[in-house]
Amino acid sequence: MAKPQTPKPEELVKVDYGTPGKSWIDIPVEFKDGHWCFGSRPEFLEAVGMPNARDWKPDEADWKLPDDWKDTILQGIKERLEKYRSFHIFMDICVRCGACADKCHFYIGSGDPKNMPVLRAELIRSIYRKYFTPGGKVFGKFAGARELTEEVIKEWWYYFYQCTECRRCSVFCPYGIDQAEITMIGRELLNLIGTQTGWIAGPVANCYNKGNHLGLEPHTLSSNMEYLVDDIEEITGIRVEPSWNRKGAEILFVTPSGDLFGDPGTYTAMGYLMLFHELGLDYTWSTYASEGGNFGFFTSMDMAKRLNYKIYAEAKRLGVKWIIGGECGHMWRVLHQYMDTWNGPADFLEEPVSPITGTKFENAKSTKMVHIAEFTADLIKHGKIKLDPSRNDHLNVTFHDSCNTARGMGMFEEPRYIINNVVNNFHEMSEEESREKTFCCGSGSGLNAGENMEIRMRGGMPRANAVKKVRDKHGVNMLANICAIDRATLSALMDYWTPDVGVCGAHELLANALVMTGEKKRTQDLRLEDLPGMEEEANEEGDE
Amino acid sequence: MGILFSLLIVVGLAVVALVGASMGHGMQMFFGVIVPYVSLAIFIVAGINKVVKWGRTPVPFQIPTTCGQQKSLPWIKHSPIENPNDTWGVVRRMALEVLLFRSLFRNLKTEINDGKLSYGSEKLLWLAGLAFHVSFFTVVLRHLRFFITPVPAFINITDSLDGFMQVGAPHLLLTGVILVAATAFLLYRRIGMAQIKHISLPADYFPLFLIIGIALSGIVMRYVTKVDIVKVKELTMGLLSFSFTVPSGIGVVFFIHVFLISTLLAYFPFSKLMHLGGVFLSPTRNMPNNSREKRHINPWNDTFGTEVHTYAHYEDAFREKMKDAGLPVEKE
Repeated sequence: MAKPQTPKPEELVKVDYGTPGKSWIDIPVEFKDGHWCFGSRPEFLEAVGMPNARDWKPDEADWKLPDDWKDTILQGIKERLEKYRSFHIFMDICVRCGACADKCHFYIGSGDPKNMPVLRAELIRSIYRKYFTPGGKVFGKFAGARELTEEVIKEWWYYFYQCTECRRCSVFCPYGIDQAEITMIGRELLNLIGTQTGWIAGPVANCYNKGNHLGLEPHTLSSNMEYLVDDIEEITGIRVEPSWNRKGAEILFVTPSGDLFGDPGTYTAMGYLMLFHELGLDYTWSTYASEGGNFGFFTSMDMAKRLNYKIYAEAKRLGVKWIIGGECGHMWRVLHQYMDTWNGPADFLEEPVSPITGTKFENAKSTKMVHIAEFTADLIKHGKIKLDPSRNDHLNVTFHDSCNTARGMGMFEEPRYIINNVVNNFHEMSEEESREKTFCCGSGSGLNAGENMEIRMRGGMPRANAVKKVRDKHGVNMLANICAIDRATLSALMDYWTPDVGVCGAHELLANALVMTGEKKRTQDLRLEDLPGMEEEANEEGDE
Repeated sequence: MGILFSLLIVVGLAVVALVGASMGHGMQMFFGVIVPYVSLAIFIVAGINKVVKWGRTPVPFQIPTTCGQQKSLPWIKHSPIENPNDTWGVVRRMALEVLLFRSLFRNLKTEINDGKLSYGSEKLLWLAGLAFHVSFFTVVLRHLRFFITPVPAFINITDSLDGFMQVGAPHLLLTGVILVAATAFLLYRRIGMAQIKHISLPADYFPLFLIIGIALSGIVMRYVTKVDIVKVKELTMGLLSFSFTVPSGIGVVFFIHVFLISTLLAYFPFSKLMHLGGVFLSPTRNMPNNSREKRHINPWNDTFGTEVHTYAHYEDAFREKMKDAGLPVEKE
């Protein structure tokens, strides 16, 4: 299947916020090119035992839904109304005040009214009313209720995969109604009848069987890391020696597999390797638990729990004391708000204490899992690492708060503290576009495929627009973040909207500035690009 | 269509009460006593039922929406209200939310000009929403004078504050004016602003028209037709003591007023108006953000599928490759 062409930025930016003259209920869903992902292949679903696996194509009229699909969906809604107070209340209390409407990056970028969080929720609320409330049963359309049809399933599928579960709407909602929660349950329902996207189902199957989304087998992981180790040696003259699956290490380190595979994530992984080496940290990587991210979270809670299981299981098998997690967004929503509930209590681990500073991480004393930005900020505060921020002087940096660490955790200061200690030029995006009001990259929650590029670029427009403002005003040329998905998706977004701005992880910047014991004079940054200024000196030294 | 439909229903309700109350004592008994009792019973029973249903639904995960800095390292300034990590923080967050509509106060207006997005402050919805709720609450409070003898001092104080402008006789009560103005603005948003109109349902227009009807009939009684307050109080006190008296000569507007209120009460538990109860139970607002510090228990955690891919499965699949790559294995 060919990937559709994405219109040029100057075309895409002309967004029409007009509304159609009739009720949204009467407007059938239209699958626009570049707005949806391909359907899952049956083998992906079969690999993890998900129901109703089949070959199907979203743009064909017949979705080959199972015969009892309607009962399955209605039973699924009923079950979730009984299991989730959030879902139950969010179905009942929305007053449609519209405060959320223009807060969604997909609505801002597309102008499609059904991308207003309120209407995205009404897509499912209308069914809830029809089958579960007296008003909806009696008054039908006047009560905002409608019949569950195949068209509705298609509409759900189209729009629940145009929501990145970023929670920005929930910040502005007077009742805290969280569209992420509704989307998650909507996707769970769709999953019950086998309508999953390939881009999500593939990584889930990979992660289940091979330990990571990319499907990297153990020997590939370790050999990939050797490339990074070689690069580090070229840059610093130091050969770092990471270990894999090592029993008895003090700390297990888990990060998204994307950091070991594609640029610019690999530079962040090099940053981790260099930092841990310099500290002499007793830690290990795992090939079995080689994925910090969790695409299962984009299918069902059940699947998410089954994938997440590996982290504690591996920590127990290896006998480590506690766990550090790398830079990632949804990974941290899962680790922070779900892991302990699903797979805890981790009573076989110890309350995390930094072996370098002695700091007790009180906020993680139950999960025993610490975010690397917390760990590193503590190191810097205690002066345990030597930093030369001038090595990042060619960079003018701004920081993108990832949705999940922002609104599902509240980690704002730790990464900023690190960045401010490792670069000399830092400029914030405006208050309306950062921290708890940060805009999504437009491709989170499993939407970072190729075939839906137009909606990704539309959804990412508000983020790109904010970057453009600091670029034009302050000359920003680097967009730092603490999320593996961001590193991949913001790169595509910047290429499209603001081509002269690069993307990096916070620990790439840190490692550039990190003065390592016994290192040679740095003439290159982690990307093996010449460091401006340093290069000349090096040549002079070479001449002598 | 939803707008006209909702308006017609409210007008129809008023006409029903008007005609009914003009038909003599028997029907006045119906509209003045039976309907209020029944609707109040529905309001209480169905309303409690809904809240109990919500309350009995588990909260499987700790999912606060965090709007400020988490509590982590001791030297990093924590934001205890926007991102509470204990009950006291949650109480303060909820108080701001319920009493001052904190989240709505954040509201921004997104605009695009020449490809540039900008975000302006947009406080009108917050102001109108707050004005509406506060004035409605005060009006309800003032009405307690019809149900308590002697009238408690705080109600008299509320009344005199409310009428401090001392315009007209009886004094113009400000909250009545604010209530009508705020409701009118909320209605204007739904009719005059295209995006809000597009998301609005009959269920959004109906309560607005109903409340406007209630407020206007109340204002008419106070300033225009001047119902006999003493007789009204006789009736309301009778309702409280189950003595079921409807004094003659109260005036039909009173019955319209009471019938619309009764409709609102009976409609309330089945509608979005239940946000009154729901706002307190919303898990994204009323939970502390301390899920890594203290394990949150999901009562149905065990009902999840248990099939997992264990390390043993994994090593069995990759043992030779692992050995070749020099990776440690459990079984040689």
